[in-house]
Amino acid sequence: MTAPLYVAGSSLVHRTPAGVKLLLLAALAVVLFVFPTPAVVLGLLLLVLVLGLGTAGLPVALLLRQVRVVAVFLVLVFGIQFFVAGVVPAVVSVARLLALVLAAAVVTATTPVSAMVALVERVCAPLRLFGVRPARVGLVIAMALRFLPLVAERADRIREAQAARGGAVRGLRAVTTTVVPLVVQLLQLAHTVSEALDARGAADVPLHPEAAR
Amino acid sequence: MRFRRDPSSPSAVADPARGIELLGVRHAYGERAVLDGLDLRLTEHRVGVIGANGSGKSTLARLLNGLVVPTEGRVLVDGLDTRSAVREVRRRVGFVFQDPDAQIVHPTVAEDVAFGLENQGVPAAERAVRVAEVLERYGLAGHADHPAHLLSGGQKQLLAIAGVLVMRPARIVFDEPTTLLDLVNARRVARVIEELPQAVVVVTHDLDLLESFDRVLVVDAGRVVEDGPAEQSVRAYRKLMADR
Repeated sequence: MTAPLYVAGSSLVHRTPAGVKLLLLAALAVVLFVFPTPAVVLGLLLLVLVLGLGTAGLPVALLLRQVRVVAVFLVLVFGIQFFVAGVVPAVVSVARLLALVLAAAVVTATTPVSAMVALVERVCAPLRLFGVRPARVGLVIAMALRFLPLVAERADRIREAQAARGGAVRGLRAVTTTVVPLVVQLLQLAHTVSEALDARGAADVPLHPEAAR
Repeated sequence: MRFRRDPSSPSAVADPARGIELLGVRHAYGERAVLDGLDLRLTEHRVGVIGANGSGKSTLARLLNGLVVPTEGRVLVDGLDTRSAVREVRRRVGFVFQDPDAQIVHPTVAEDVAFGLENQGVPAAERAVRVAEVLERYGLAGHADHPAHLLSGGQKQLLAIAGVLVMRPARIVFDEPTTLLDLVNARRVARVIEELPQAVVVVTHDLDLLESFDRVLVVDAGRVVEDGPAEQSVRAYRKLMADR
């Protein structure tokens, strides 16, 4: 089961607008790669941890989960850097990536999807001149976030069903035998979802939804 | 998603007393007719639809709010034709699907409930109040910011119902709302349906659900073969199935 991305709260980090947080995240990335000194990198990593665990009050487990996802990559980077350049560059490289991963996790965990989607809609607003409806762009992003875990669940179910009947659970064969039924299921799901969107008035999205905000 | 133009201004001619009318309806997918010879007027508060798999029940449900338009004949909701006034019809007739996972389109609970209101252009302040009200009513207030995919099956179905009810439709069509639920959650959803002030049409295999219904239609091979009070129709349906 996929864990929740957003952790509700009212801290300063939570209250900071999504656009500002994303800009700060981009700025952090630039600084980390332009000034890759141990002091700057470790200082910024510490700052991210203070903001995430202290100010925002996020659970340690949530940040550890994000680190686990990239753990193999971090070990690989450390190993290569250690043998090529020595221990300090290896630590700096890993700390730099870690700071970015954790900062992104803090932004995700303190920003509701609706705020992210609203930001995307604001950024896309000029595209209205070319006939694009920003609300629909936002809907596409929201739906992608909504359906990713569902697709993962369906894939797991297919794998379990195949394993229960003695099918392959690992390797290329397992992938190929999962993909076809998964695609069929997703096409059926897409049809019903399109009906649900119709039934819930998605075709009525106002041209200028700002009026309704 | 089909974005259809709906140039009519149907509100002026709507007549809620007319209920839902199916006039000479036939529907076919390609050569295969799934419904034929339907002439019905649904004005009762609670109408049930039962029938074997593939009998045409779900297509019948989809006709009632314009998700499907008939190949022949007309479907009128409060006098509005589902072919020409589809937007207005859908505002009047909510639709709850069998699989809530297909109906929940936003990542979190509150956002999903708000979706229909956003589409209707309801202002943010009113939206927040209405979403909070409906979540409270269905015991989902504590889950407002939770990811929808982490809810239990029963909670997902309640969320799907909440997402429709928040739009305040005059009628709601349910397509097998309890099929994927365990007994406890099925009873819970049945109670919710029973307490709704709106007129409902429920397509179901759950015959217990229909006990208190005003009218039940039995659909078989695309035709309504029994139409009457719940007890009479359920008896006829049991006999029909037993004879096979």
